[in-house]
Formats: sequence, C-alpha cells, structure tokens
Amino acid sequence: MKTRLLATLFAACLFSAGAQAQAPIRIGELNSYKAQPGFLDPYKKGWELALEEINASGGLLGRKVEVVSRDDNGNPGDAVRVAEELVSREKADVIFGGFLSHIGLALTDFAKQRKVFFLAAEPLTDKITWQNGNRYTDRLRPTTYMQTAMLVPEAAKLKKKRWAIVYPNYEYGQSAAATFKQLLKAAQPDVEFVAEQAPALGRVDAGAVVQALADAKPDAIFNVLFAGDLAKFVREGTTRGLFKDRPVVSLLSGEPEYLDPLKDEAPEGWIVTGYPWYGIDTPEHKRFLAAYQKRWNEYPRLGSIVGYSSMMSLAAGIRKAGSTDTERLIAAFKGLKVDTPFGPMVYRPEDNQSTMGAYVGLTTVRDGKGVMKDYYYVDGASVLPNAEETRKLRPAD
Amino acid sequence: MTALLKVQGLRKTFGGVHAVEDVSFELASGELLAMIGPNGAGKSTCFNMINGQLAPDSGSVALGGREIAGRPPREIWRLGVGRTFQVAATYASMTVVENVQMALLSLHGQLFRLWARAAALHRSEALELLAAVGLGQRADEPCSTLAYGDLKRVELAIALANRPALLLMDEPTAGMAPLERNALMQLTRDLVKERGIGVLFTEHSMDVVFAHADRIMVLARGRLIAEGAPAAIRDDRQVREVYFGSGRLVRTAHAAAPGSAAAGTRAAAGPP
Amino acid sequence: MLSGFAGQLLNGLAGASTLFLLAVGLSLIFGVTRIVNFAHGSMFMVGLYVAYSLAQWLAPLAGGAAAFWLSILLSAAAVGALGVLVELLVLRRIYRVPELFQLLATFAVVLVLRDAALAIWGPDDLLGPKAPGMKGAVQILGRQFPQYDLFLIFVGPAVLALLWLLLRRTRLGVLIRAATQDREMVGALGVNQAWLFTGIFALGSALAALGGALQLPREPANLGLDLGTIGDAFVVVVVGGMGSIPGAYLAALIIAEIKAVCYGIGAVQVFGASFSFSKLTLVVEFIVMAAVLIWRPWGLLGKPQGMVRGAAAAEAPIRPMRRAGVVATAALGAALLALPLAGQAFPYLTVLMIDLLIAVLFATSLHFIMGPGGMHSFGHAAYFGLGAYGAAALLKGLALPMELALAAAPLVALAGGLLFGWFAVRLSGVYLAMLTLAFAQIVWSIVYQWDEVTGGSNGMVGIWPSARFASKTAYYYLTLALVGASVFALRRMLFAPFGYAMRAGRDSPLRAESTGIGVIGVHWAGFAIASLFCGLAGALYAFGKGSISPETIHVGRSIDALVMVLLGGVQTLSGPIVGSAVFTWLQDWMIRATDYWRALLGFAILVLVLAFPQGIVGGLAAAWERWRPPAAAAEGRR
Repeated sequence: MKTRLLATLFAACLFSAGAQAQAPIRIGELNSYKAQPGFLDPYKKGWELALEEINASGGLLGRKVEVVSRDDNGNPGDAVRVAEELVSREKADVIFGGFLSHIGLALTDFAKQRKVFFLAAEPLTDKITWQNGNRYTDRLRPTTYMQTAMLVPEAAKLKKKRWAIVYPNYEYGQSAAATFKQLLKAAQPDVEFVAEQAPALGRVDAGAVVQALADAKPDAIFNVLFAGDLAKFVREGTTRGLFKDRPVVSLLSGEPEYLDPLKDEAPEGWIVTGYPWYGIDTPEHKRFLAAYQKRWNEYPRLGSIVGYSSMMSLAAGIRKAGSTDTERLIAAFKGLKVDTPFGPMVYRPEDNQSTMGAYVGLTTVRDGKGVMKDYYYVDGASVLPNAEETRKLRPAD
Repeated sequence: MTALLKVQGLRKTFGGVHAVEDVSFELASGELLAMIGPNGAGKSTCFNMINGQLAPDSGSVALGGREIAGRPPREIWRLGVGRTFQVAATYASMTVVENVQMALLSLHGQLFRLWARAAALHRSEALELLAAVGLGQRADEPCSTLAYGDLKRVELAIALANRPALLLMDEPTAGMAPLERNALMQLTRDLVKERGIGVLFTEHSMDVVFAHADRIMVLARGRLIAEGAPAAIRDDRQVREVYFGSGRLVRTAHAAAPGSAAAGTRAAAGPP
Repeated sequence: MLSGFAGQLLNGLAGASTLFLLAVGLSLIFGVTRIVNFAHGSMFMVGLYVAYSLAQWLAPLAGGAAAFWLSILLSAAAVGALGVLVELLVLRRIYRVPELFQLLATFAVVLVLRDAALAIWGPDDLLGPKAPGMKGAVQILGRQFPQYDLFLIFVGPAVLALLWLLLRRTRLGVLIRAATQDREMVGALGVNQAWLFTGIFALGSALAALGGALQLPREPANLGLDLGTIGDAFVVVVVGGMGSIPGAYLAALIIAEIKAVCYGIGAVQVFGASFSFSKLTLVVEFIVMAAVLIWRPWGLLGKPQGMVRGAAAAEAPIRPMRRAGVVATAALGAALLALPLAGQAFPYLTVLMIDLLIAVLFATSLHFIMGPGGMHSFGHAAYFGLGAYGAAALLKGLALPMELALAAAPLVALAGGLLFGWFAVRLSGVYLAMLTLAFAQIVWSIVYQWDEVTGGSNGMVGIWPSARFASKTAYYYLTLALVGASVFALRRMLFAPFGYAMRAGRDSPLRAESTGIGVIGVHWAGFAIASLFCGLAGALYAFGKGSISPETIHVGRSIDALVMVLLGGVQTLSGPIVGSAVFTWLQDWMIRATDYWRALLGFAILVLVLAFPQGIVGGLAAAWERWRPPAAAAEGRR
C-alpha cells in the first residue's frame, strides 16, 4: 500500500516534470458523508480511484489534479457555505458532489449565482436539470424520471390492472410515484391505482403499511422505498405473504447498497433498477472492476460507479475545454462524450443531463445473497424526452 | 371608624367540604386585624379569596365600598392592596432596590417600556421605601444574598410601594427567630399606623398576635367563632374550647414569654 | 373493511410495545433526575447494534434460539453499563448547575456515540436474524400476522407489569416514586441520591436498549436511529405524563394505534383531490402531543409537578457594562467593521462570519426568552424557518424586492410567535419546552409537504439578495448592521422595564402577579419579540444561502440553538453570543479537520461542560470573581 503510493507519486513526478512549475488543478468536492455514509463511502472510493488513475497518467493539461473534499453536514445551508469555502478559500476551479436532492438543488442555484461550474453527481431530482436547471450545472446520474421510465415498459408487460404504490413521503418518492402513474397510464390506459401509501422517510411502520397494501387487493405493486425502509418492508411483506403471486416493480432495489443488507431474504423476482457488478462482462466494466478491487480490496457499489464516472467526466470536460475556465467548461460539457464503466455516455446539450443508464432486471437469491438476474442495460438516452420537449421543461439559460 | 374592608357572607366549598362558611367582618384603616385558627380552619382559603387567588362561591368583599371578590390579584393590587407571603416572594436575580423599583414600574404602568433604563426609574422613591424598612444601606446588593429576615423586610417595602390602603400579610413571621419576629411586627405596626394602612394578617405565633394585633378573629371549621380585642379573645370560653383546648397557646406563650412581654409593653405604649 | 381495521389495531398493539420500551426508560430518568436526556435514542440505537453483533458471535456457540434471546438480554445489560458510565463520568459532575445544562452533556454523548457506532459497525445497514421459532405468520382475521409481532404485543404489557411490581413492591421502587414526586424528599430520607441517580440511569438505558434489541428481527440497525427515535420517545413521555409508567404505555398505545389507523384509511378523495392519510404519520404524534399539552399539560396519567427548586445558585443581577466591557465591545465592533479588508488574505472569513453573525442573532433571540423569561423553547427553529420561508415566499411569490422581503419576513415569524406563544406561555418548564417542540414539528411537516408554496422537501431556490447586496462583502455589512442593531436592541430591552418584568415573572410569578404584573401577557410579548428577531435571523440566512429547505425548521436546528445558549451560559447576557460563535466556529473547523468531527465536537462540548458548568461566559465570570484583586472587587461592588 505504502509502496504503491510512493510509486504513484514517483510516477506522477516523472510524467509531469514539466507540470511542476504550474499549480495543480483544484477540484472541490462536497457531500453528505456523515449523513449518508452507506452510499457515499463507496462513492468516495470511486472518485479517489479515478483521481489516482488520472494523476498516474500525467494529470490534466499537463497539471496535477487535486481534490479538496468536504462534508456538507447533511443540510443545504452548510453545503452552500462549504461550497463557498471551496471556491473562495480553496480556490477550487470546479466543484462536484451532492447526494440529497435538496442539497443538490441548493448547490445548483449556488453555481448559477457564483458562476461556478458544478457537476451534480448523485442527486436524483428531475428539477436539477429541468425546472431549476441552469447552464452552470450538469448532472451525471440518471434521474428519478429516467429510472422510473426504465421500469414502466416492464410494468406494462405484466398486464396487471390494479396497482398499489408505496413511497417515502418526500420529493423523490412523490415524483417517482407521479411519474410512474403518468407513464403507466399512457402505456396501459385501463390501469387502476387502488392504494397509495406514503410513510415518512426512514420511519415506515412496515406492518401497518403491508397490511394496508394487502387489504387493497392489488394485482401488482410499485415500490419506491429504499435503505432501512426497504429492509423492513421486504421482511414484513414476506412474512405476511404480500408478495405471494404479486409482481413487484421496485426502484433502485437492485443496487448493492440496498440489496446486500437483505442477504438471503432478498425478494425473488422483483423487477428493479440496479447494478449487477458481478455479471457485467463489458470490457470497460471488467477493467474498472479489477482496478477497484485491487485498490480497495472490496467490490464496488453503485456509488463507486457514480464517484468514478463523475471524476472521469470532469477530466474529459477539462481536457476538451483545454482549461478550467467556467465558460469554456460549460461549452465543453455540451455533448461531451465520456467513457465510463457503464460504457460511453454523453452530456446532452439540451439539458446538461448525462445519458448514463441503469440495469433493469429481476432480483433473486444466489449463494445466500441478493443479486440481479436476466438484466439488461437501458441507455439513459432512450428514456429521456427529445430535445424539443426538454426545452419546454427547462428555463432558458 | 369607616370600614376599609368589608367582608360579608363569604363562602367557599371544595368538593362538598365547606372550607369557609358565612364569614363576615370589617377592618378599619390603621387597624391591625389578626385572623387565627387551628390548621384547616379556613384561614388560607379566606385569605386567598380576599387577595384574589380564589373566587368565592358567594359573598362579598368590598374595599372602600368597591366590590373586589373574584377579581385577579393584579387588579386587586391596583386598587390598593399590598401583600406579603408566608414564604418570602422576591426576585432573586435582582438587587434589593430593583425589587422595589419593579413594583413602582408596575404601579406607573411602565412594564411594556422597551427602551428606558429600568435601573434609573423611580430609584429615589424605592430607596426611601427601603430606608423605611431599614434596608437603605443594602439597596444595591443582590437579593439572593440577603438573610431571610431581611427578605421579609424587602417584601414589606414592595408591599408598601403602591401606597396601599390595605395590607394582607400571610404568616408574616413564619420561619423567623423570635427576636426578629417582634422587630418585624413592630416595624410593620409603626409603618401602617403612620400611613393609616389597614392590615389583615394570619399568624401561627400567638405571642405575635397578642402583642401586635388590635383585634383578633378566630376561625374554626370555616366559621368565625369569635372576634374582639386580644384580652376578650383570651378570655372567650368558646375560643378556649375549640382552639386553645389544643394546649397550643400555653406552650407557645411559655416558650416566648420574655419577648412577648417586652413587645406587649411597647405595643401598649404605641398609638391606640 | 372492518376486519382490516381490526388487523390494523393489532399492528398498532405491536407498535405500542416498541414505543413503550423506547420511552419508558426516558420517563423514569426524567421523573427522578429531571434530566432531559437526548442520549436516550442513542441507547436504543446502540442496543440494536450490540444485539446484532452478539447474535452474530453467539450463533456458532449456542443454539439458534438461545443465541438470539441471550443476545437481546446481554445487549440490555451492556447498554445499562454504558448508562452507568455516562452517569458517572459526565452527569454526576454537573447536577448542581442551572436547569437544562445537563441537556448539553447528553447532546455531546449523542455525537460521540454516533461516531463510535460508525467506527465500530460501519456505515451499512445491518439487518439482524429473524427470531428463532417465530419466523412465520399465523392466520388472524384472514390475514397473515407475524408471530414475532404477536410476541411483541405481550412484551410491552409484561415489562409494564414488571416495572409496576418494581415500583410498588421494592424499596428501590419506593425511592424512585418518592424522588419523582419530590426530589428533595429523597435526600431527607437519608438516601444517597447519587447512587439512586446512577441506578436509574442504568435501568433507563437498559430499557431503551431492550427496546432496540427487540427490534432486531424487524428493523436494520442504522446510524439514524438515535435522533430518529428520540422525538417519539419524548412525545410518549410527555403525553403519558412525566414519570408515569402506565401513562407511557397508554400514550404509546394511542400514538401507535392512530398511526396504524392512518395507514388503514389510506388514500381518500377530499374535494376531488386524493389525499393519503399515510402522509399524516409524519407528524401525527406531535399533533397528539400539542393537543394533550394544551388540554392537560401534565399528561394523561401524570400529576401536576411541584416547582423544582433549582439546585444552582441564583442568577446575579444584570449590570450595565463597565468601562472595560465598553472598550472591548468597541474594539470588537471595529474589528468586525475592518474584517472584509482582510478578505484578500482570508476570502472565506467573510462567508463564515455571515453564518456566525446569523447564529449569534438566532441564539440571542432564544436566550431572550430562555434566560430572562425562563421559557426553554425546544422549537425555536420554527421562527427561524418562518422568517426564512417568509422571505422566500415574499420574494418569489409576491415578487417583492429583496429589501422589502427582508424587512417583512420577520413579521411572518412574529405571527407564528404570537399564535404559538399564546398557548406556550400558559405552560412552564419542560411542558412549555415540549409544546414549542410540537409546534415546530407541525410547522416543519407543513412546510415539508406543501409543495406549491414551500417547494416541499426540496425547499426553494433562487433567493438571492438584490444587486446592491450581491457581493459577499456588501451582504456581510448588511448582516453585521442588522445583527448588531438587533443584539443591541435585545440587550437594551433586558435593561428596560420590560426585561425586568420578564425576569420578575420568571423569578416569582406569585410576587409578580400580586404587584400588578400580568406574567402571561409579559411572557407572551417576550415570546413574540424573540420570534420577530429570530425571524430576521432566518431571513438573513435565506438570502445568505440563496436557497432554503425544511431543514431550517428541523428539530436539529432547534437543538443547535439550545446548545449555543447553554454553551455560552444561559445566566449571562453575552453567553449566547460567545456560545454561538464558539459552536459555529468549532463545527466549521472540525468538519474540515477530521472525518470523525461529530465525536470531536462531542468531546469538545463535554470538556467545556465539565470545565465551565455555568457555560463559558458564566464560568469565566465566576473565575474572575475569585481571582481579581480586592481593590477591583470593592470597586465592582460600588
């Protein structure tokens, strides 16, 4: 480990001898590490790996790259202050990060006000690239709308008439539920939504929710609960027979972050979006997987992909812009192509949203662990509205 | 003598128990009237109906001809009634003089002034009141550092701040040493005689009562059973039966004999 | 339908047991020691984690069933020991300090335990094993009902019965009941009070841990459980009546059943719009608490409590600043005015100072009612949030210019203060604290869900100052001017008759009422004034950040305010200023210094708590009194 680090440093010195004269490129990063450690720990490992790879290959524009990373204390007010600190004191050229939607939105607006380039890595809310979008902000991860849209064709194929919906009571859950209803209604006009449960985030009374759903006698269920709420829901629903002969379509549940804690109790046959790291055999993912496991001695989560791809996106953008100047970066990100472990993707010029996709498949239990099977990759571009419709969703720059 | 306080047919029942039944009496300006009786006789209930903490079921309490029964304490205070409590109630976080100034600020309707410096308002008047109770030298000390006897004096100064016509004192000497008791009561007596204030007080200490009261009322089981000058009360057969039968008077009188004798003489020498 | 409701009532019974176990220990601890123990939720969380680990270790050693049940009992015992440790090392040293100060210490314990759990168990959710022998479900009313839930239904009443026996049939029980009714009486009985407190802390912590451990088959252990459960625990304790064990069960039952019924009703059509009753579960317990406190302040089965005579020394009279103080204040003012000049060298300083100044006003406005008024608001963030959202709504909704929005926003907070204060000032002590908390939570839940106006959980963006104040330096001066003027005004009011009247009402309501002071009216006005200035702090915050979210109202921010005031010293006038400055600066510095900043902040607070049991300013003032030369002392007296 130590020798590795030394070797990296040595290599960096060798390759960038000319760059020593120049100051390194400084990238500011901030996230809710303490509030959301489960997702963000792998995320951090992801971008750290990418950063090491970038510097090992000589940095960017002949300069070394440094990341100044900060905890945002899990609230938007502090996040804005931390962002300000990164820009003013740490002289960060660009910033990236964010996990929670409301913090993501606050930073989006901060970027606009301070005219700083911001890459929103994780936050899912559609508003970052649509209603509240601005030219200074790009976003990597597929949005709530995109992930829901990826599942709707599978839901429609089930040909079930009576649906029940359960979601955490905040914007992500509400907007996922609304999108699902709207898209499924369009795909299958005779659909009926017979129950809607919106327990408080992180505080679901699983027994009562499961019974209320069962009492509505739905043919199928759409679930948006995640993390601890999901674990409670799955265990209670299994015990009470809610999922017996009843298909479940479930957002994000195939991500290792949420599937792994369920161990052998992972549900069977749920249709989910997720990240089957154990079975993706594209060359770009294989290379990433090997590098990640070598560096961190553990398997990647979806957060790792997001962290890695964020860093790589910034690298690609800076290379294309030939500078860290905000205006040039904004221009460079329009249609920027980035190679990620999920394959190539593009930052769409019309809404600054990347076309990164997600895997859709079925959950199952293998060797006492929850995994995805029969999965396929859905390109983000295929579920996004076209350029003309998008323009209607977004204020003019 | 015109009646300063006129109480008529006062009644109060708690859950079927007659705490006070048909109590009537009068009090004149400049007079010290003691209300005594065994525990549970209804003294406190009676007292609290006069000062506004309790509303009577029926009956009338008139102050200078104005009905005050059922009004809240702070209104009754504004009509000219001062109070002291069984356990001295002062403001521990203020200085001695500020305690008195507080009452003066209230008297002048200045409680909601947001900008003036409170410490500078009515200070001289407050100092005069403190001087009257013998605390002039200690005006700027924190009230929390005073001995209990001095706190009682502060209370007295506060109670005099609104130039009351009537002073209600609930066990004024409770918790004090015998010498202090008589000193305080003598001070009270001098002040009220000088200012023509009527005083109604309850008291457990019989030597205080007999030494300082002009007149005594005896309550038992919620009823007024006797009323009159100390000498008359001492000799009242009914009072002896229901009250002094407990042997209480004898014991207390013996214990405090020297002090009470001295105070008694002085009291006799005072104004009638 | 009917059987559906019956089924939900069964679910509610299982939930009631969980809530009861969570809260009953807190009720005991509060009843005996009067400590508002924020660390109780942490004990619940640690109980679940420890049970998880024990179940893992014991499974290979003992049989499945034995391992499971043993790990639950051992976890309760272990956390009970942890409770002893906390009591001995921290709380025992600070019983004789101003009321509520212990709260600060328990808050520090929360921070430390959170990071300790992160270090030991890692960030991932840990879902425990199902209970051996109770993995399945039984058929009730045509529905599958988990066996373990049935078991839980009986655990609550069983623990209730055991505690009842303990309280009624043992000497310890007699002491606990005596202490709950009159703490001083226990000392008079010749009992070692310190020993009793340690014991009650152990028992309370163990009960919380038992509650947590019993969740092993139902809920994954996670790091959000500490603050996620503490609110519910307080609600149950207050609704049931402080110190009342059957009350705690009754309250738990009512709240769990109402929630279950909310889920049971599900979505209904109201005026053509669909509303899911399940959304009410976000806040329903706080609505219940507010209703109970207004109707019956001492809780369903509690008794009105006598005044607890403070163990601490009385507050010193307030005095105008001496010359040294005036000089120091002037110097500080000059330094603050000159600060942006250093902006080139320390560009972040201005940014941090804006937040710091806002925190100063936030804390000072809380101190205004908490210190001189004796009203310990646990929901001060409500007025901060109303100011912030008021500013945002006036700017975005009514399209007012920024300056007008900033000026008018505090009036929104004032309106809230007048409304909530009207109810709150009728209560006192911890009841007032809990009612203010309930109001804040209700405001929070409305803001959290009212998408059209408040932007829901995402909040509102684009709330930037006008061009005139757009630069950080300009905004800094605006903030400095407004905060400086506000702090001066609040201080001035405390030296004015009104401030004296507030203190009079706090020191002796009896004396105040009998000298013509309407205590409720005075305190109501004080509450309103504090909310007005707090609203200004909120509005400044909104424009300083450009965006706001429901976090501005969240209970975490209310706790921050309490911590700042207590840290500086509630009995001093400059305490909140020093406390908020130290807290803000410490947090900002530590977040950057280490990953484990929570624990570090917790330890820093503990050190300050133990070193300055009257708060920083209070402690320094006391030290100065002891050390200063006699001549100066004589002059000071004059």
